[in-house]
Amino acid sequence: MTTTILISIIMTVVGASTPILLAALGELVVEKSGVLNLGLEGMMLIGAVVGFAVTSITGQPLLGIIAAALAATASSLLFGYLTLTLTANQVATGLALTIFGIGLSSLMGEPYVGKTVEVFGSWFPDSLAEHPFLRIIFGYSPIVYFSLIMILVVSYFLKKTRAGLILRAVGESDLSAHSIGYSVIGVRYAAVAFGGAMAGIAGCYYSLVLTPLWSEELTAGRGWIALALVVFAAWRPSRLLLGAYLFGAVMTLELHAKAAGFSFIAPELLAAMPYLATIAVLALISLHRSGGTAAPACLTKPFKPTA
Amino acid sequence: MLIELQPRKEPNRLMLYLTPVIAVLATMLAGGILFTLIGHDGFGAVREIFITPLFDPHKWQDLGIKAAPLILIAVGLAIGFRANVWNIGAEGQYVVGGLAGTGIALATWGMEGWWILPLMCMVGALGGALYAAIPAFLKTRLQVNEILSSLMLTYVSIQLLYYLMRGPWKDPDGFNFPQSRLFTDSQLLPEIIPGTIVHLGVPLAFVIAIAAWFVLTKSVFGFQIRVVGAAPAAARYGGFSAKRTIWAAMLIGGAFAGLAGIFEAAGPFGQMVPQFPTGYGFTAIIVAFLGRLHPIGIILAGIILAVSYVGGEIAQTSLGLPNAAAGIFQAMMLFFLLATDILVKYRLVLGPSTKTGEAA
Repeated sequence: MTTTILISIIMTVVGASTPILLAALGELVVEKSGVLNLGLEGMMLIGAVVGFAVTSITGQPLLGIIAAALAATASSLLFGYLTLTLTANQVATGLALTIFGIGLSSLMGEPYVGKTVEVFGSWFPDSLAEHPFLRIIFGYSPIVYFSLIMILVVSYFLKKTRAGLILRAVGESDLSAHSIGYSVIGVRYAAVAFGGAMAGIAGCYYSLVLTPLWSEELTAGRGWIALALVVFAAWRPSRLLLGAYLFGAVMTLELHAKAAGFSFIAPELLAAMPYLATIAVLALISLHRSGGTAAPACLTKPFKPTA
Repeated sequence: MLIELQPRKEPNRLMLYLTPVIAVLATMLAGGILFTLIGHDGFGAVREIFITPLFDPHKWQDLGIKAAPLILIAVGLAIGFRANVWNIGAEGQYVVGGLAGTGIALATWGMEGWWILPLMCMVGALGGALYAAIPAFLKTRLQVNEILSSLMLTYVSIQLLYYLMRGPWKDPDGFNFPQSRLFTDSQLLPEIIPGTIVHLGVPLAFVIAIAAWFVLTKSVFGFQIRVVGAAPAAARYGGFSAKRTIWAAMLIGGAFAGLAGIFEAAGPFGQMVPQFPTGYGFTAIIVAFLGRLHPIGIILAGIILAVSYVGGEIAQTSLGLPNAAAGIFQAMMLFFLLATDILVKYRLVLGPSTKTGEAA
C-alpha cells in the first residue's frame, strides 16, 4: 500500500517537473548564447493553446505538439527580431512577449474553455503502463521521455560539439566570436528559436497531459519558475535535471498534503510554496557562490557588428 | 541598395517623443489586420477600443479611474527602470498595499474620524514599500535577481489575499462569501465630482506624477538615479552608491504601487475582494515604457492604456470581442515601441552596403 502511494507521488512529481525542465532547458541554451528571453511564460501559453486547439480539431496529439512547437518558435522569432536585429531591450521585450502570450492564448482559447481532450498518455502497452510497479518507468507521457533525451542531447551538444562551442563563445565573448568570423546574430537566432520550440512543447504538456482541459493562464507562472531554475542550475544541464525534480516535488506538495489530510496548513500557504521556495533557493545559491556568478558574460547585452 | 544603421552619437530627441505615437498608430493598424484575420471585425474593434471612449463623455470618468492607478504605479516603476532596477512585481506590491490599508479599515471598523482614511493610505503605501523591500534586500545583499524575486512575490501576495478573504478577514455578515466587510464612509475615498465615480485618488495620482517629475529632473536624487542607470561606472566614481539607489528605487516603486492599491480598495472596490488583482501592476510596465520613463509621458501613456481598457469593455458588449483583446493591443503597443526604439538609437541610411559582417 505504501509503495503504491510512493509510486504515485514520484509519478506526480515527474509530471509536474517535466514542463519546467523542458522550458528551462530551452532557456538555458538561449542564455548560453548571451540572450535573456523573459517571454518564457508567454511562449508556453501560446504552445499550450495551439497544442490544445490542434489536438482538439485533429484528434492527433502529435500534430498538436508539433504545431505548439512551431507557434511558440514563431513567437520567439518575433522576440529575436526585436532584440537581435533591432537591438531592443531584452528585458522589456521579454515582458512584452509574456503579456502578448497571455492575451493571445486567452483569445485563441476562448472557444475551448472547459473543453477536454484525451490525455496524451504513455505509448507503452497497458500491461506495462498500468502495471502497479513498472508504471514508475513506463507510465509516462512520451513528452517525459523526450525531456530526458533532450537533457542528454543538450549536454552533449554544449560540451562535445563544435557548434556547441561556438554557441558558448558567442555567449561569453560576442566580439571575439564575431572577429573570427562566426555570425553572432545567426547563432543567437538559432538559440532563441530552439528555446521557443522547447517552451511550446512545455506549454502543451500542461494542456495535453497534466490538465487536458483548457482554462486561461493554465501555466500559472511556471515559466518564471523555469527561468529561476536556469539560475539555480548555474547554466549546467545536469543540474537542471536535479533542480527541476526538486521544484516539481515542492509544486506537488499541495496535492500530497491534501491527499494525506494535512488540514492544519493553510492550502494557500502550500500553493505559495513553489514561489517561496524559488526565492529561498535563489538566495541560498548566491550565499554559496562566492565571487562572480556562472552567468554567460554577454547575457542581455545587445550585439551590433561594426560595419 | 541596403538600409544601413549608423549609431547616433546622442539619442534623437524628436524620435524619442515621436516613436510612442508611431507605436500607437502601428498598433491600431496591425491590430485591426490581426483581428480581421482571426475572424472579428478588426477595424470596428480598433474604433471601439481606441476612439469610442474618447468621444463618449459618459466614459470619461471611467478613463480617470482606470488611468490613475496605472499612472501612479508606472511613475514608481519608471524611477527604478531608469536606474536599471527591474521591479516587475508591482502587482504584488499593489495587492499588499491594498491589504495593508484594508487591515486598518477593518481595525477601525465602526469608528469615525477624519484621520482614518489618511492612515489607511499611509499604511497602504508602507505595505507596498515593505513588500518591495524584500527583493531590494535580496538584490543588495545576495545578488538575487529582482525580476524573478519580485515576480515570485506577486504570486505569493495573491495567495495571501485568498487566505485573508477565505479566513480571518471574511465579512462575518457576508453570507460566507470570501470578501471583506464594506468600508464605511470614513474609510472611503470621497467623490470629488458629485454624481460620478471619480474619487479623490484620481487627482492625487496626477499630482504625485507631476511631483515625481519635478524631483526626477530638479533634484540631486533624480540625477543620481539617471547616472546609476546610464553610466554605472561614472556613478561609482561620483560616489553614488548603487545599493542605495536600488533601495530607493524599489521602495518608491513599492510605495506608489501600494498607494494605488489602497486607492483602488477605498475607491472603486469599497472593500477587499479576491478579484482585487486586475493586472494594473503589469500594464503599468507598458505605461512606463510608452511614457518613455518620463512622468509627463506616463500621464499621457496612462490615459492611452486606460482608453484601451475602457474601449476593451465597450468592444466586449458592442462587438462580442473577448476580454483578452485589450491585452493583445496593449502588448502590441509595447512591441511596436521597442521596435521603433531603433530610430532613436540609430540613423537609417540608404546606400550601398559596405563590408558588413552580419546579415542584420
